[in-house]
Amino acid sequence: MIELEKIAYSYGGGELLNDVSLKLAPGSFHFLTGPSGSGKTTFLKLCYGALIPTAGQVQLFGKDVRTMTRDDHAMTRRQIGVVHQDCQFLDHLPLRENVALPLTVSGRDSLEQHSNLKELLSWVGLGHRADALPPELSGGERQRAALARAVIMSPDVVLADEPTGNVDWEMSQRLLQLLVELNKMGKTILIATHDLNLIRSAKHHVQARVLRISGRKLQLAGADL
Amino acid sequence: MSKARRLSSLVVGDVQADRVVPPTGFTAQLTLFAAGAMAFLAVFALALSLASGRLAARWGAELAQSATLRISAPTEQVDAQTAVALSLLESTPGVASARALSAAEQRELLAPWFGPDLPIDTLPIPQLIEIVETDEGYDAAGLRLRLQAEVPGAVLDDHTRWRRPLEKAATRLRLLGWVSIVLIGAAMAAMITLAANAALAANAQVISVLRLIGAQDDYIASAFVRRFALRALSGSVVGTLVGALAILLLPSSQEEAGFLTGLGFEGVGWFFLALIPFVAVGVAYLATGAAARKTLSELS
Ligand SMILES: Nc1ncnc2c1ncn2[C@@H]1O[C@H](COP(=O)(O)OP(=O)(O)O)[C@@H](O)[C@H]1O
Ligand SMILES: [Mg+2]
Repeated sequence: MIELEKIAYSYGGGELLNDVSLKLAPGSFHFLTGPSGSGKTTFLKLCYGALIPTAGQVQLFGKDVRTMTRDDHAMTRRQIGVVHQDCQFLDHLPLRENVALPLTVSGRDSLEQHSNLKELLSWVGLGHRADALPPELSGGERQRAALARAVIMSPDVVLADEPTGNVDWEMSQRLLQLLVELNKMGKTILIATHDLNLIRSAKHHVQARVLRISGRKLQLAGADL
Repeated sequence: MSKARRLSSLVVGDVQADRVVPPTGFTAQLTLFAAGAMAFLAVFALALSLASGRLAARWGAELAQSATLRISAPTEQVDAQTAVALSLLESTPGVASARALSAAEQRELLAPWFGPDLPIDTLPIPQLIEIVETDEGYDAAGLRLRLQAEVPGAVLDDHTRWRRPLEKAATRLRLLGWVSIVLIGAAMAAMITLAANAALAANAQVISVLRLIGAQDDYIASAFVRRFALRALSGSVVGTLVGALAILLLPSSQEEAGFLTGLGFEGVGWFFLALIPFVAVGVAYLATGAAARKTLSELS
């Protein structure tokens, strides 16, 4: 579904990533780690086509990102659920509508989906906050809302960029739990985080592989976290 | 999304697409005002064009019988000179026909000035010859020279000399009216483009969120296009109505009273008038669509 082959990326200065290859197998669970500024967010953006590699090939669902049109990109964003590092919402719409937005913009805003939405909101523990506006939410609530929005289209892949960035330990465990549950439902998960404790705690619940960005390369980290 | 679906959603309304862009108070008012003012101006430009078109047509038609030859000669020579003049006219290229007016016709012409009982036979009234020219027209200067030589008492009154420039002016005025309408439409397109760009810039964050969650450009554009089209519609309907009312309230004209009071709408003119709001919507639709597509294509 997501295939990177010998890619390199640079924002114009020096190369940030070099000779990176990765093939996400369906149903797999990956962590992506590395120090702050090492290029985790950049890597995820390459994975959902927001950035085009400066060298090498990226294939999303069998399509080369270089030949994809703007509409193709819009369509892949419906197939890849992304929890962004800075979860952005439409601040003038209540949480319920923000979470349903991917359905709305793809014209799948049906009544049946509305009951799914209710279920989804209570799954992430936000059933009682459905009518709140995004600026009224706490950091943890925003992260969970972003996760709900990322999965409402039932994507095959969920990419999460520091989903536990600014929440307390208990909340980060809860978010991790939600991602593990998604993986058990068959979704492919890739979580970028610099929080090694989070990765360690996940090992009890799921068989995860850990990728580390180090020296512009992507390495499969051993068990020696 | 197909063009047809976009158009239908423009009319029926995609409430959701409307909601994703937060309401903007001030640009909305400005767009409404601009559309209203432009429609108002368009009404006058249209009235001007139609009125000068009618005027040009009327003068053009009257030009068909455009000249009179006046023969003032001592009474005993009038008939002879008239005969010479008629044969001369008949051989002049560009003259379709020439006919001497009868005494009765001349009396009728003079009646408004001298009363019906004018003893025309006893007065040295000049004989009038009506000349009808062909479409190509005749060479007035050449005709005058020949008349001078052969019919010394003849004076050629060439109405085209003063009417043709008037007809030209009216035709030019009509053209200027249409040019004004085009300029008004272009100015409105420019204003709406500016307003749409301002709205797009103000909503950059909204647009980027929509892109991130998989909205296609058409969807995002339609949210803006619909707004601006509806604003242009309501603004231009009001502007057109006020403009039409202002023209209806102009002092009404007597028959043939002149150009200024001839401003007004008749027949197909009303159809053109009713077209103004639709043209405004079309302009807003195209201008906003172009602005949105340009802005969106520059985003990642
Ligand atoms: N849009 C950008 N333009 C230029 N440099 C950028 C841009 N985004 C990120 N960078 C730089 O790329 C490096 C990696 O950034 P990022 O991928 O966000 O790392 P991480 O997510 O691991 O913290 C950083 O040094 C950052 O300053
Ligand atoms: Mg980052």
